[in-house]
Amino acid sequence: MTDTISDIFETLKEKAASESAGLKGGAEVLITVGTATCGRSAGALETLAAIKAAVKENSINARVMEVGCHGHCYAEPLVSISKPGWPEIYYGNITEGLAPFLIKNFLVNEDPALEWALGAVEENEIVPSVYYSPRFGGELRRLLARCGRIDPENIFHYIAEDGYSGLVKILKASPVAAIDEIKKSGLRGLGGAGFPTWRKWSAVEASAAEKKFVICNADEGDPGAFMDRTLIESDPFALIEGMTIAGYAVGAKKGFIYVRNEYPLAVERISSAVASARREGLLGTDILGSGLDFDIEVVQGAGAFVCGEETALINSLEGRRGTPRLRPPFPAERGYKGCPTLVNNVKTLSYVSWIMARGAEEFASVGTKDSKGTVVFALAGKIRNPGLVEVPMGTTLRDVIFEIGGGIPPVIKPSQLPGEKPVMKARAFKAVQIGGPSGGCLPESLLDTPVDFDSLREAGAIMGSGGMVVMDEDNCMVAAAEYFLDFTVKESCGKCVFCRVGVKHMLDILSRITRGEGAEEDLATLEELADKVKRGSLCNLGKTAPNPVLTTLRYFRNEYESHIEEKVCPACECEKLIAYYIDLEKCRRACDACVGSCPTEAIYTRSDRLKAIDQEKCVKCHSCLEACPASYDAVFLVSPANAIPEQKPDKKSDGARDGGGPEKRKE
Amino acid sequence: MTEDVTIYIDGREIKAKAGQSLLRAALDNGVYIPNLCDLRERETPEASCRLCFVELEGVPEPVTSCSTVVEEGMVARTDSWRVRELVSAAFELLMTTHPVDCAACPGNKRCALQEIAKKMKFKLKSGRLPEILRDAPLDLSHPRIGYDSDRCVMCGRCVYVCNEEVDARAIDFIHRGLKMTVGVFGGGPLAESSCISCMRCVEVCPVKAFYEKTKETDV
Repeated sequence: MTDTISDIFETLKEKAASESAGLKGGAEVLITVGTATCGRSAGALETLAAIKAAVKENSINARVMEVGCHGHCYAEPLVSISKPGWPEIYYGNITEGLAPFLIKNFLVNEDPALEWALGAVEENEIVPSVYYSPRFGGELRRLLARCGRIDPENIFHYIAEDGYSGLVKILKASPVAAIDEIKKSGLRGLGGAGFPTWRKWSAVEASAAEKKFVICNADEGDPGAFMDRTLIESDPFALIEGMTIAGYAVGAKKGFIYVRNEYPLAVERISSAVASARREGLLGTDILGSGLDFDIEVVQGAGAFVCGEETALINSLEGRRGTPRLRPPFPAERGYKGCPTLVNNVKTLSYVSWIMARGAEEFASVGTKDSKGTVVFALAGKIRNPGLVEVPMGTTLRDVIFEIGGGIPPVIKPSQLPGEKPVMKARAFKAVQIGGPSGGCLPESLLDTPVDFDSLREAGAIMGSGGMVVMDEDNCMVAAAEYFLDFTVKESCGKCVFCRVGVKHMLDILSRITRGEGAEEDLATLEELADKVKRGSLCNLGKTAPNPVLTTLRYFRNEYESHIEEKVCPACECEKLIAYYIDLEKCRRACDACVGSCPTEAIYTRSDRLKAIDQEKCVKCHSCLEACPASYDAVFLVSPANAIPEQKPDKKSDGARDGGGPEKRKE
Repeated sequence: MTEDVTIYIDGREIKAKAGQSLLRAALDNGVYIPNLCDLRERETPEASCRLCFVELEGVPEPVTSCSTVVEEGMVARTDSWRVRELVSAAFELLMTTHPVDCAACPGNKRCALQEIAKKMKFKLKSGRLPEILRDAPLDLSHPRIGYDSDRCVMCGRCVYVCNEEVDARAIDFIHRGLKMTVGVFGGGPLAESSCISCMRCVEVCPVKAFYEKTKETDV
């Protein structure tokens, strides 16, 4: 049988070799465009069309290929060109308008247009490699290795890039060997909780039940997290292979991929990938002639965050209301339709293929004592180079944010007047929110925390699905906590009283505080409610819902106190506690940039032709502050709202404020 | 022929049936533990009202007794401060969503909430948390059953009997979060549901959100 498996796989590999010829420096020009969801929202499809048109117009002999997401959001749309005689080069921010010039310059005029290049993909003597930049060089890509490098809809590209070698290896061994390998690797669930993967596997395997199931949890719902989507859109076969291995290991013949329906492209790509795998005999009956039967069904969620909780997911899959069930029994004992069910996250299952192909030892060669391997973060917020970042477990937050992410970008006021220089105001780091609505906000003093399951939990955050939102001094921590609680209140299923009612009361208190109506005893009530919700809730969504409040109270208590006691929002973010004013000493008569920018006509021209803001009409949109030319810099933002310094009165019209408005502009 | 197991609740020795939940064992033997969502007939507990917490020896955090199966030699406490603070918090939160106008309520003096407040010495109204009421209209469409969703405590007993026991499938939980309520699929009135007037929902409702219409109350 072992020979049959090898023979069949060899045939597939030969086909793969011919299909993917040219992916790595062939004789032909290869142009790739990252057209996953994030690329598309940056205009990748338009870029793709422009490239195709330019290639045709210039009669260039080139292959244009769509690939998945590279994870470099700041550089989308991202294009790569491999031209014989040149290293493969990545180009960033290639918009529709730029694309024809890039094609013409490089492919017709032999000018590699390095001004738009991020760098070469490999070391060479002509073009500097992207790996000299920490954004590329600081990463260790395993899960993301194929993302953006292959056509995600072509199974042979996957096979050519080492795909399915893990399944072949383990099919020749035994199911127990698969579980042993996972155990040896130390892989922990990358969906958030970090439960040892092998324990779930061996619990399902140990059951004598005839019917068992494997479920891939792809109901990624944390605000700011998009790594599961990217993996499915860019490298779907790794997940399919991982699930097949899991099915083989635990003795399940059927698998489900539960994808949220807000991910239409992911649904499309995974469905097409499942069909391809079936066509090539890598799903279905007698896979690779090994006698293994395993098939996968793609199911779409209906848009409930709570369905990312495994028991709610199973309820939803069964056609029931998506609410969590009491655990125990755990799904490994009684899951889908009462049968033992293995539920793993996209990243965990994708990593299984990697581990089977490369071995547990290589997997565990990086990481910390109890968290092995790498972890993928979705870096977002106030950060220079947002996107997906894969680093070894144990890398410090500081390295992820300041080295790889490039740190906090300054606020830039571009030049508006002739001869004016743009003004850059550096911004200081304040906090990083890790783990989505169940996670916490960590302050600067904890930047040297290594990112692994246990260190983050100790600090009050969680690994979660890996969302990492960076906040700077302009972000209010009370407002941040309010944002996440608002999310949880909207997404609570309503089943148990602590989450349904308790979190709502917490949110109401936070909203009162950000409105400047907080009372002294509010913080004690918040803390007490948080403690009860954490201990009393039925499921983990409820148990972790207070984390954003608890961590901000722990690390940024002074911000809460100034909201309550002084009605001051130190970050000047909470609308009710701030005010904008124009410093008349700095305001210039000839300019009315702010007047034009105001959407509510709150800014009027005084009789001395200087400008002032009618506080009653102001909606605090920040437009005037941005519109005021850098060389005047006359608009100021203060908190509390009554802290506007006294201005010299408008001589000609006393009480100009009530008379303020458009008619004053005539002067 | 189920075997008996010996357990200890608040120092009292109790003979419980093997396989029984700790909550049922306590209630059957005269030990009061507050509860709303538990139903004797139900095989797997709903565990959503979060009122039946007890402290188990050797377990760090209080657990819900409805979801705990009795074991030989189990030692439980219903009156520790850790239990009481959780139960009182759950009750306080629940009561902020329940209108306290007992005199006008068809469930007055037959109400599980009044019973819990009395036995546990809890206040019916929270002194510090504001009320969050739904103000939904009464459903008087059904000839025999009145339904006031404002009073509903989301225990799910009616949903269970209607769907699993009677199989009428007239009502279920609809919406989510704070907007969650028991209702007819699609949000229509009870009279237009598949209700068979078995009155089981009225029987199991602990707060008489579902109540039998009488001449005095409703026509």
